Order: sequence, then structure tokens, then C-alpha cells
Amino acid sequence: MTSSSTSFVNIGERTNVSGSARFKRLIVAEDYSAALAVARQQVENGAQIIDINMDDGLLDGVEAMSRFLNLIAVEPDICRVPVMIDSSRWEVIEAGLKCLQGKGVVNSISMKEGEADFLAKSRIIRNYGAAVVVMAFDEQGQADSEDRKVEICTRAYNLLVNDGFNPQDIIFDPNVFAVATGLSEHDNYGLDFINATRRIKQNLPGARVSGGLSNLSFSFRGNEPVRRAMHSVFLYHAIKAGLDMAIVNAGQLDIYDDIDPKLREVCEDVILNRKAGASEELLQLAQEYHGDPGQAKPSRRDLSWRKSSVAKRLKTALVRGITEFIVEDTEQARLDADKPLEVIEGPLMDGMNAVGDLFADGKMFLPQVVKSARVMKAAVAHLLPYLEEEKRRSGISGSSQGKVLLATVKGDVHDIGKNIVGVVLQCNGYEVIDLGVMVSCEDILQAAKEQDVDIIGLSGLITPSLEEMTYIAKEMQRNGWDKPLLIGGATTSPTHTAVKIEPQYKNGPTIYVADASRAVGVVRSLLDKKKYTEFTQTTREKYTQIRKTHNIGRAAKPRMALEAARNNPLLIDWSGYVAPKPKVNRAQVIDSWPLEKLVEFIDWTPFFATWDIKGRYPQILDHPRLGNEAQTLFADAQKMLEKIVRENWLQPRAIVNFWPASSVGDDIVIWQDEQRKTKRAVFHTLRQQMPKDTGKPNFAMADFIAPHASGVDDWLGGFVVTAGHGEAERSARLRRSGDDYNAIMLKALADRLAEALAEALHQKVRIDLWGYAQNEQLQPRELIREKYQGIRPAPGYPSQPDHTEKGTLFEMLQADDKIGVELTSSYAMNPPASVCGLYFSHPQSVYFAVGRIEKDQVQDYARRKNWSLDKAERWLAPILAYG
Amino acid sequence: MNRQDRLKLFEEKLQTSIGVIDGGMGTSIQSLKLSDTDFRWQQFANWPKPLIGNNDLLSLTQPEVIKKIHHEFLNAGADLIETNTFNSTSISQSDYGLQEFAPEIAAAGARIARETADEFESNNKGRLAMVAGSLGPLSKTLSMSPKVEDPGFREVNFDQVVASYFDQASAMLPFVDFLMIETIFDTLNAKAAIIAVKKAMDNAGEQVPLIICGTITDGSGRTLSGQTTEAFWISISHANPWAVGLNCALGAKQMRPHIADLSRIADCRIIAFPNAGLPNAFGEYDETPATTAGHLSEWAKDGLVNLVGGCCGTTSAHIEVIVQSVVGVTARSVLEQPEALRLSGLEPFILRG
Repeated sequence: MTSSSTSFVNIGERTNVSGSARFKRLIVAEDYSAALAVARQQVENGAQIIDINMDDGLLDGVEAMSRFLNLIAVEPDICRVPVMIDSSRWEVIEAGLKCLQGKGVVNSISMKEGEADFLAKSRIIRNYGAAVVVMAFDEQGQADSEDRKVEICTRAYNLLVNDGFNPQDIIFDPNVFAVATGLSEHDNYGLDFINATRRIKQNLPGARVSGGLSNLSFSFRGNEPVRRAMHSVFLYHAIKAGLDMAIVNAGQLDIYDDIDPKLREVCEDVILNRKAGASEELLQLAQEYHGDPGQAKPSRRDLSWRKSSVAKRLKTALVRGITEFIVEDTEQARLDADKPLEVIEGPLMDGMNAVGDLFADGKMFLPQVVKSARVMKAAVAHLLPYLEEEKRRSGISGSSQGKVLLATVKGDVHDIGKNIVGVVLQCNGYEVIDLGVMVSCEDILQAAKEQDVDIIGLSGLITPSLEEMTYIAKEMQRNGWDKPLLIGGATTSPTHTAVKIEPQYKNGPTIYVADASRAVGVVRSLLDKKKYTEFTQTTREKYTQIRKTHNIGRAAKPRMALEAARNNPLLIDWSGYVAPKPKVNRAQVIDSWPLEKLVEFIDWTPFFATWDIKGRYPQILDHPRLGNEAQTLFADAQKMLEKIVRENWLQPRAIVNFWPASSVGDDIVIWQDEQRKTKRAVFHTLRQQMPKDTGKPNFAMADFIAPHASGVDDWLGGFVVTAGHGEAERSARLRRSGDDYNAIMLKALADRLAEALAEALHQKVRIDLWGYAQNEQLQPRELIREKYQGIRPAPGYPSQPDHTEKGTLFEMLQADDKIGVELTSSYAMNPPASVCGLYFSHPQSVYFAVGRIEKDQVQDYARRKNWSLDKAERWLAPILAYG
Repeated sequence: MNRQDRLKLFEEKLQTSIGVIDGGMGTSIQSLKLSDTDFRWQQFANWPKPLIGNNDLLSLTQPEVIKKIHHEFLNAGADLIETNTFNSTSISQSDYGLQEFAPEIAAAGARIARETADEFESNNKGRLAMVAGSLGPLSKTLSMSPKVEDPGFREVNFDQVVASYFDQASAMLPFVDFLMIETIFDTLNAKAAIIAVKKAMDNAGEQVPLIICGTITDGSGRTLSGQTTEAFWISISHANPWAVGLNCALGAKQMRPHIADLSRIADCRIIAFPNAGLPNAFGEYDETPATTAGHLSEWAKDGLVNLVGGCCGTTSAHIEVIVQSVVGVTARSVLEQPEALRLSGLEPFILRG
């Protein structure tokens, strides 16, 4: 039963969300039984240790790690082997350690943050009884050369062993880096690792060496045969030098002797850096081993495709998104054809069908599809005059596969997702009627009738839009519609669609569309007479089921009475507390924040999510499947960003102010005077009502402000920033010229810049305007991780889900007059690339989610806001725990 | 005598001979057939829940009863007595609604043992009476779900378990010579206890040696939470225990192979105190002192153990015979283990070379 080994150890790598797209999908979807099957299979296939990683922007890492380990703990055929807890986040590591009865391995810690931090973490790991992977990383950065690797590992070893750490429990990871990148300074990376391994094993008794292989062959992504050969050759030499273990997919290693000798020889030349020009040779040779032809993409420089027939050229241009030659090729195709329409229905549609198929198979990604659409539009634009002419002559026009109406609902201005869906549908031959943003129910239904559309699609991003969509569904039912209704957008969900919208519209089908990649499948099924009945029935059944589980789930999650929740607030000790007084005493308007200074504050992870490329930046750039596309997209974004900055496309503006404030119950009172005698306004806050563990408070934002009775003179700040001025005109121009790709890109970047401005302004507030953290020295990357003191929650987000509170904030700041940001009827901000929020300075103030609330709080809130219960329930609909 | 001196003498004694720990506290109390009223006494006369069976509470309500049991075991020849604090955590006491009293109960149990031991030493010149503060396994577990339909569910979390053990260990620390984490059926609970006792010792600024005892629950040779003996040892070896061992659940006959395993791999003292056989149809233990002692003396002679004693069902009569049976037997010598990276899940993983 003892697994005892003196040879190389395989660490299973499939239970890793950043390495396995499938595992990530399962965890994000909370399909834990399938995720457990992945772990089980690893062990069955011979993994002696399983590496578990839950580092992903979409996941609560602590929660996901604990949950998965707790589930593993009761699966004897999985948890018989040790677990390697793999995370770059310390809190995730510690949460993992709290779930392991066995002795596991922590992967990893390093001296990146200095010796004190390193030793402190190592002691905690020792107390939990785990071994540790130490990365060759110090205050200066990651070790790349042999000497640096050995030097850092030696220093770490001495620190640990002198501190009492068992040398047998130390595993070094001296960093495997990519070779054959084309940069000569990378040529020795393979040999550096191998030699460092040998020296570590010789000089540091007891210590082990491990490595993660996938980086090594980074330059050959998509070429599996070459990657496997490189890994096998590398392992062969590294194990001889003393490598003890590696995180590796054992099923994907070739046997050293079975590798084609020619390839093996060149791989060896590269990895051991023993021959000049070896990299180029391997690149050359690699072409012969290209695995999946679907992934073989000649570079842009390669113009050999220009030699093929015009039909093939059009198809290639569409698949690869190349606009350069499209007009001349289209013109030639037109001259070859009898009628201009034949060009569209022939080669162009063939090309777009190929794009649709590749997309459906996951071989193309959203940004590529949008680029293809740009090519298609350019071709069609060229043909348009000839088509008109032809129509005049013959009276015949082309027919589309179906008409889809799209609109962002009344009160909402967000349209990136809707635009992407529109483009994808067009690419698949559907006619799209896009009514734009802030479209009222009446206008939608009227246009749908006039244009005789086959499907109506609604989009929205903020929560009040959910109510508007429900209203439209009701109206469609009342007016006797029976066409399919599609629901999409960031706050929509299958649950909301099933519980709130679908029951309103009995005549026709209501379908939730998760993202742009699903839209085509849904539309196709709805317009195919053979599939329609089955598809709509299955969806109805699915939604009935969702409603049932929803009700059960709700019954199972009891809420506390408001009274009880209020008796368990966050108790801040205000006695002796002196609230920092802001350095400025009137509204600060900032009209010109230099765009170039905002770039470094951009958090790129959400940018990729906008394009359905989900993963954390910068790791996403190295993602085995999405990495290529992420890099292209990122490069395009950089290009546009440069233009935005150089040509001042956008005008960032901000307003901020601070007011004397006190908390009174769950409200925050703003005073006109510093004596705090005359009330000026009230911010209302909501309190969590979920049952809490002992010692965990039921938060409300009012807890973060000193109570009036405490006598502490506290302050509250407020801000609105925008990077949207200039965006609408320019995106519209880009769209008119057929360049949806760059139109969407601009909107996405404007959103990022607005968020970046909010982050940069918050820092200025902490250091300067409010000035309570004058010594703060955080890098922008650390800001994104919210390491600073104080918070800036926005109305409409989890800490205060009521969007109408923005009304008070805007009134107090006069944001409309001062910086030109206005609120719509649903309290969305226009221009859309805007951010607002309140500033809290107390060190104990934290972001939290109010979660669902009970009727007692809704009644109380309605009373405080002077609303009817009905109105309160409408605005708070998304968070009601009842009804 | 102070703690350091006493410990030094005890360790010297153990270099040449086998130490003896006392017998079952819980079953000794049960045999007195106390009533709910006896358990309550005056202090808890009006407590809203039944208190019968809350053995640890007797340290507050019937200290003389506990003292008498300690005395009997010392008189029988035990070198080491365990405090009556098996359930003196807030988590276990919450079954009776007495979580608030847990530290008080723990302190009382430790104080009684100390007083009895001191008294005994002063009346019996040349005899050592060591006190081990007992930390039992809790009524709730960190590695298993009580709900069949929700295997990811846990009744308590790690931090709560640490906090609960911390309070107990802090309360006992002033009175004891050892802290003893025992009857472990979930190693994760034990790992939380290890963190808690280290924290308690650092907090109080005094260090006492640690004894850790797991429980192999049946013939499969595993703990209730599924670990083999070796995996269990690897999981807790970071605590650098003064002694490690097995207790409870099995009689000496069934425990032998597992103690032999542990003896082969652990590089510290080995302690074993099995039950008086397996319970009969009435849940009673009827193995005779001679039978139990026969097994244990054989282990001692085979060099498997450094300390022996009894758990459930063993009485002062058992201890008396055990003490006689190991007289003159030389001690097991602690082996150095070959260097290796040792990890564990439910099973051990060892990388040598």
C-alpha cells in the first residue's frame, strides 16, 4: 500500500483551472462530480501526487479550493495520494492546508517579498505539517541563469534549514523557461535549468527539485509532436541531472528512444544549447511535424495564398480576417460572375460558413470572427452599388436566412455584448436589425412588427434592465406576440430568465443566451422548423426545473430577521478614533487627466472576458488554447490604445468631494456643516441577512462610518469619473465604415480606461485629496488586487445593490453639469464608460455582498426612502429572498 | 519537584525500563453508576439539559471521585496519569450546553490530577507521578460529512477546532507535565489540535512535551477517517512528539500488528494502551488483567514499545498486573529513520534516494 519510490515522480496536472480548460469549466459550473472524476482518473492513471489549482479570476479561490478538497476527503480512491496545493495566493494556500488530513505540498512560496515574509510563510506551512515548493524567485525577480538559480535556492535553503525546517521537506522549482523563442538570450535556458538542478542536488542535502514543463516549448504551441519531443528530451537530461518530480501530463510524454532521431537530435541541440542556429533549425523542422492542419496558420508575411483561385482567396481572407486585398478580390469575383449576388451567395457565403464551422468547433475565437465580419462587410460594401443596380433592373433581391431584432432595453446604455452578438449572427447569414441602446418597449415591438422579424433579442447590463425585460415579456404576451424572445447581457442569468421572464410570456419561447458563441446555435434551432418544437420544449422543461430547484434552494437558505442582523453589525471601536479629515473642502473637478498615465492602471482581465476569452491576465497570454488569440487581441488593443492616447480620442473627466457624515442606524447622514447640525442628504444602506458563523458580522456600509452618538467627526467621499466623452461618435463612425471590430474594441477600451481612472483617482484621494495614506507606495498591479486601505463601493453593485442611490450621489456632485455624466431612467450612467462610487476611509471597511434580503428589511428600507413597498420591491427585485 | 526535574528523571528511567500509563478513566467512572443528580450536584442543579455521562464535569461537581480514581491507578504502580478532560473542549461540551464552562472544566480536571500526583509523590518517596493533559477527539470531525447527501459539508471548520483546543490546552497547561492528543480518529482534528497546543504554549511561554495517540478502529488497519498507521504518523510527525502511539477501539490482540508498524517507522518513543479486549454483547469489557498484561509484556519484550497501559475497561487491577509483567524488561531503543521525502494522503508516499 505504501507508494515508495526512488525514481521520477509524476505529479498529476489535470486538476488545475489555469492549465486545463475542461477542469476550469467544470469548477466554474460547479459540476463537482465531473471534476472529481478528473481527479480520480489522474490517480488511476498513475499520478503519485495530484496538483490542485483554483487560481482564476472567475473563481473565489478560497471557496473553490476548500470545497474541492472537502469533497476529495471523502473519496478514498482519490485522497489516498498526497495533494499539492497550487496557488499564487497565500489565502488560498492556507485555506487548502486547513482541509488536508494528510501531509501535502504547498506550491509555492518564494523570497519575492523578502526574507521575513518567506520565513513567516514557511513557519506556517511547517505548523500545518506540509512540504513546500520554493520557487527560484527573490526580491530582484525570477532567476533565469544557472548561477542565479543556484544562488537563490542556496540562500532559501540556508534560511529554511537554519530556522528548523526539515531539509527533506524542501522542493525547489528553479523555473523552466521557453527556449527557441528567436531571442538568443533565451538559448541557454534549458541548460541553465539542468545544470542548476545538478548543483542544487549536490550542494543542498535532502532538498528535491521539481519543474513545470509546459513553458519550455511555449514557442511551439499548436505543434504537439514537437512539444512532446522537447518535453521528453528535456526530462531525459534533467532527470539524469537529478530532477525528482515534474508537473506533467504523463499520457502526453513520448518515450525518449521512440522519438524520430532527426527531431530528437535537433531538440537536444536546442535544449542543451550545443549548436549555433539550433533554434532556427528546430523552427524549420517543426513545420514537418505540424499536427492538426486546422491549426496550421502561415504567418501574415506569407503571401503564398495569393496564388490560389479567387474563390479560395476570398475564403482565406475571411477565415484569417485579412482586409488588405478584399476589394480587388471581390471585384475580380464580380467580373467572373454573371450577377453580383452570386459573389455573396457563392464564395463569400462559403467563406463565412467555414468561419461559422471553425467557431462552432472551437478552432476560431470571438475576436477572429469579428474580424472576419469586418472583411465580409468590406466585400459587401464594394458590391452594394452593383446589387442596387441589378435590383433596379430585375426587381429581385437576395433573401436572408432570417431576421433578428436586437436592442439594449430602456434605461440601459451598454451594448458591447449586443454588438458582438449582432456581428456573429451576421457572419452566419442572418439579417440583424439593431435598434441601438435605450430602446423603449413600444419602439421595440413596433419595429419588430414593421420589419416582420423572426426573433427579438434583448440585452442589458445593469440590474434594473432585468425588470424592463420582464415588462417587455408581459407586453408581448398582452399584445398576442408569439415570436421567440432572446435574453442576454451581464446581469441576466438562466435563473432570472426562468423565474421572472419566461412565466410572463406563455405564447412564445423565451431563451437565455449565455454568450455570443451560443447565439448562432439558438437562432438556428429556432428558425429550423424541424428543430423548433423539440428545442423550445426542452428549454421550457429546463426552465421549469430551474424554477423548482430555485425554490428549493431558497427554502434551504434561511435569512435572519432584520432585528437579529442589526444586532450583529461590524463593531468598530470608535473610542479614541480620529477620522482623517480630507485635505480639500469643496468639489474637485478634474478635466484633463493625461490618458497615457491611465494605461498602467488598466486591469486587463475583464477586457479579455468582454471578448469571451476568459482567464486571468497576463497568464491568459500563455494559455495553451487561447494564448495565441489573446496575444493577437492584446496587440490590437495596444495599437488602438496608442492612437487613443496620441490623438486624444477620449477625454477623461472626474469629480470628487467629501462631506461630514455620521451613521444613524443603517443610514449615512451627510451634514451641511462640520458641526454636524443640519442634514443635507441621506445615503441608505442595506444589511446582510444571511446567517453568519460566530464572530462574523452582518455587514451594512453604514457600519464603516462613525455613529452620530460616538462623537467622532467622520467623513464620506463620493466620485464620478468618465472616459466615455468622444467614444460614442467615434465608435459610430467605425461601425458605419463596417469596422465593427474596432468599434467594439474602442468601447471595451473606454470601459477599461474609466475603471483605470477610478483606480488612479482613488489613489490620488488616499495619498493627496483625503490624504489618509500619504505614505502608500503601491504599484498599479497591487492596486488592482485592492491591497490599500479604504473602499469605493458603487450603488448597483453587491455592497449596495440599489441603483437609485446613484441619484443622491449625482445630485450632490452635480456630475451632469460639471463633467457631463447623466443618469438614465434606470440609473445607468451615460456615457457608458463611467464609474461612480462612495469613498470610505476606515481600515476595517471592506467590500461585501448584501445577498438576498427579507421582507422585513424591504419594508424598513421603503419607509426610510419614503417609497411604497411596491416600489421598493421593484427596485430591489434582484435581491429579494421571497416572492 | 518542578516539571523539568520530574521530566528528566522520568526520561532517565525510560532509558532502561518500560513506563506505565494508567487505565480507563471513562469506564472507571461508569462503573460507579452515578446518577444525573450526582453529575449536577449543587452547582448545576437547575441546568436545563441532562448532564449524566458528562464525565469531565465531575472534576467540578465530584472532585473527590476523580481524585480517588487517580489515586487507585498511582497506587497500582502507574507512572503517568491522564487528566479527566477527554471532552473538555467547548465543542464537545456544547452537547450539554456547557461550552462556556469548558475552560473551567479543563482547568479543574488538570488541577485535580496535579494535586493527586503531588500528594502521591510526597507520600511515596522515590516514586514519580507524571500528569498528561488529555485532549480527546471532539464530537465533530473535519474530514467527514455527517450528511450522506452532502459530502462536502462539515459541521465545524478548522479555525473553530483550533480555537476550541486552544482554550482547553491553555487552561490545563499550568498543571500538566505533558499534553496528550489522544484517541484520534480524524487526523485533521489532530492537526488542528497540534496547532492549538503549540499556540497555547507559545502564548503562555512554557513548553511541555507532546504525546500523540491515534486510533485504528477495526481490522482494516485504518483510522476512522481512512488513514493507514504510517500515513497517520507522517501526517503528525511535524509536531515532533515526545511519544507517539495507539489507543482505544481495539484490544491488545488486534492492536499488535499496527503497533508493530508504528514501532518500525516512528523515530520517537512508542506508547500503547489498548482496551481490555473487545466489548462483549453487553458492551462490557471482560478481558482479565492477566490476559491484557500477557500481551503487553510480550510487546515490551519484543522491543515494540516504550510505554504501555490501558484504555476502556482496564482497571487498577489491570495496571497492577501490567506493572509487574514489565519489570526488568529493557526499553525499546528509538531508531533513526532513513532520509526521505515523506508525504501522505490516506496512504503514505515516500521518495528516497
